[in-house]
Amino acid sequence: MTDSIFAWAAIITGLCALLMMGRLVAGPTIPDRVVALDSINTLVIALMIMLAVVYDSVVMVDVAIVYAALSFVGTMFLARHVEGGV
Amino acid sequence: MSTLLRESAAFVLMAGGAFFSLASVIGIIRFPDIYTRIHAGTKALTGGATLVLLGAALYAPSWQISAKLFLIAAFLMATNPIASHAISRACYRHGMKPVLAFIDEYGNSEEKRDRT
Repeated sequence: MTDSIFAWAAIITGLCALLMMGRLVAGPTIPDRVVALDSINTLVIALMIMLAVVYDSVVMVDVAIVYAALSFVGTMFLARHVEGGV
Repeated sequence: MSTLLRESAAFVLMAGGAFFSLASVIGIIRFPDIYTRIHAGTKALTGGATLVLLGAALYAPSWQISAKLFLIAAFLMATNPIASHAISRACYRHGMKPVLAFIDEYGNSEEKRDRT
């Protein structure tokens, strides 16, 4: 029973990521797209944790750790690009 | 009984995390300005992801997995505000002014720093 509740939470989070994809496509300026990409990264981390609970797979947690580190580096690089350095 | 309590707490935390994620996404879609969008996307989304991670840490079968989830939560709470601050500072230096704002304290402080 509880697993289906977690699956529903995962579905809601996935729909959130899809809506954020709309902002990523339709954002008027480049920083809007950067913010949308950062939000998609955080949503995907939450989605990975939920799917790890649903499917009982521990390896998704390790993948989420690496994904969090890489998304932080990518967002900082994009912020530097918006500022005009790179 | 204890297992039921633990699973119920995990369910409540995960549902709260999904709700906060949904609210943050609605905020990012509906807000008029890049700075307000950053505000919605940082606070609510960091809170939502942290709630999800805490719920999963309560539901995890062993304490090693809980330690990993706490590690991810601490990392998110440390790095997400840094990234959003970098984005907003880059926007300001790029020349985007906040819409619907009358007082610009950050611009005044930057001018003061440039003069000295």
